[in-house]
Amino acid sequence: MTGAMLVQFIKSAMRLSATFLYGSTGETIIEKGGHLNLGIPGVMSVGAACGCIAEYYLVKSMGLSAPALLVLIPLLVTIFAGALMGLLYSFLTVTLRANQNVVGLAMTTFGVGLAGYLITKMQAQNFVIITRASRFFLNMFQVQSENWFVQIFLSHGVLVYLAIIVAIVAQIILSKTRVGLNLRAVGENPATADAVGINVTKYKYVSTCTGCAISAIGGFFCIIDYMGGNWEYILEGFGWLSIALVIFSMWRPVLSIPGSFIFGGLYILANYIEGTTFAQMEIINMLPYIVTVLVLIITSIFGKKSVQPPAALGTSYFREER
Amino acid sequence: MVNEKKEREPLIHLVKRDHLDAWKQWAIRLGAIAGSLLFICLLISIVLKGSPFKVVEFMFKGAFGTNLNVNIFFRDAAILLIISLAVTPAFKMRFWNIGAEGQVLISAYMSVLCMFYLGGKVSDTLLIFISLIASLSVGILWAVIPAIFKALWNTNETLFTLMMNYIALQIVLYSIKAWVPTSSGQLPPLTSGNLPQIAGGDYVLSIIVAIFITVFLFIYMRFSKHGYEVSVVGESQNTARYIGINVPKVIIRTLVLSGAMCAIAGFLIGAGIDHTVSIDTVGGRGFTAVLVSWLGQFNPLAIVLMSCVVVFLSKGTTRVMESFGIANAFFAEVATGICFLIIIICEFFIRYRVILKKSEKKVAHEDLELAAQGEDSSEQLTANENEDVRLLQKDEQNDDEEGRRI
Repeated sequence: MTGAMLVQFIKSAMRLSATFLYGSTGETIIEKGGHLNLGIPGVMSVGAACGCIAEYYLVKSMGLSAPALLVLIPLLVTIFAGALMGLLYSFLTVTLRANQNVVGLAMTTFGVGLAGYLITKMQAQNFVIITRASRFFLNMFQVQSENWFVQIFLSHGVLVYLAIIVAIVAQIILSKTRVGLNLRAVGENPATADAVGINVTKYKYVSTCTGCAISAIGGFFCIIDYMGGNWEYILEGFGWLSIALVIFSMWRPVLSIPGSFIFGGLYILANYIEGTTFAQMEIINMLPYIVTVLVLIITSIFGKKSVQPPAALGTSYFREER
Repeated sequence: MVNEKKEREPLIHLVKRDHLDAWKQWAIRLGAIAGSLLFICLLISIVLKGSPFKVVEFMFKGAFGTNLNVNIFFRDAAILLIISLAVTPAFKMRFWNIGAEGQVLISAYMSVLCMFYLGGKVSDTLLIFISLIASLSVGILWAVIPAIFKALWNTNETLFTLMMNYIALQIVLYSIKAWVPTSSGQLPPLTSGNLPQIAGGDYVLSIIVAIFITVFLFIYMRFSKHGYEVSVVGESQNTARYIGINVPKVIIRTLVLSGAMCAIAGFLIGAGIDHTVSIDTVGGRGFTAVLVSWLGQFNPLAIVLMSCVVVFLSKGTTRVMESFGIANAFFAEVATGICFLIIIICEFFIRYRVILKKSEKKVAHEDLELAAQGEDSSEQLTANENEDVRLLQKDEQNDDEEGRRI
């Protein structure tokens, strides 16, 4: 691998990593509230589809004249769509206390199907319009230079930086503020949190909706920026990897910044190793999954108290149950 | 004067049900299934702007229109049933195995692998036998690796099995690209080592196997010691330990069974139906099976019904979309998702009782209405009327207090 290629590799890995970073930051926030949301792939798909449709109608109605709006409005639509999916999930799991795994899987089936339906309905030729808008996401804060440092750190689209900011902010809120403390209490032991006077239902709702909204941005980013505005049915896999990344980063959004970079790197590694056949590439593409499995095993065997999942993860809370 | 702070009572009050008759539970569930099917038919007719009766007609045509439709319907339902039954004992044990997708895929792949390399070199009977053994062992391996780590170190099985799905997928991708270097990327159906066709099709065998497995699992879960141990471990691992059950052993043994059943499904798909393998061989049925099993409450007989409903839904909606001239395969998934969500919601009403808190004003108002009704219907009862109202009010109060106490 030459130097230029290495720079290119790191750059691409960082770019892709934003998808995982959004997904895992969102899922971390949800899991801290005690909910294991397996619906993330569905949330990401729906978010991406809604964002793309918003982008399409925007470009169609007002052209390419206002880049700031073309970035902002689809983003808000994505966030809204994600939060809506979060609302559905939390209504089913918090209010109706349904099994979280089952609801998550049903949401994935529903979400991936819905996104596919909407996108197929929109038809492929309409995506040309979206590809034209995708450059605004890319060159908003981009610095043009051949310098390696600039290439690696300053040549990304606006959503990559946003992903890192969101992860850091989420970490600060989770570990340094009272809101974060309360949320962690809810995730560890909702009955105790309730006794202290924390509104458990409210915390669960808000954390799930926020987390889903953040994950949805990941899906939208993947299509509009990483894929350059071309739809491909890859979000389901990315969603599952994001959930795995939460464990990889031991429930710390800041640690998922390097974690997502590693995942991104492993995911695209096959394209950068010279002389591999297409078949061999598939074996290399297996690496992210194998690494996840290894991390799962290692953290469970050697895990200290501090790297364990929230104690009440996956269980519904019913106040009157003793 | 003391400023009295008025405590606000929540409008809706939830109470966990102690007991609901089994027939009532199943009536609610069947009602939810029927309701969700109706809802989806209505939804389609609104989206496609067609008459709902036409939609229902096409739904049935898609599933049972021709003889071939019927055969395919029962074949697919049988395969989904086997996979759903396969994950059931694990779920009963609260082992969240969502790796059925990978377990089925890798076993289907194993049978095709045997057919690919040994086809023509050994007799077909021997080849079928070898494929079966290979599928079984790999399917079991895929299920038992996460089980061992779960049993010994409590490794998160949900994500572990999920990753195993993707590892299986990559292995299949690798092999297809290695076997078929041309751009088509598809392995044509292999001719040697196919399972025998009974009654001129590939469906009878799947159905027979599915019936056999259903009966087996029903007996295993309900009447065997193993089945009992599984449900004890599922209820409480501590209890299981107290009464001397070797929990890791039960977990591993159950997952061996689970993997073996997935392997049989994979073997039927690989050697019996498709004769080839691709990344869409299982097509999400492993995940659907998880939901089918849960919605059937881990009851083998209910799972039979649920898998028929799901296959009906997907065949039906696909046909409806086709007949309305829309080639959108995703609607079947949306419909299935909606159906699942509705049934999940109904499950809530089986487990909880909802008590609406009436505001005092409303209660008073209703009493007045009752009193008025009493006056209308029989004037002679006026003397008793006041007492009636008082009794009613008292009853209401009692109810309220009871609600609060629970």
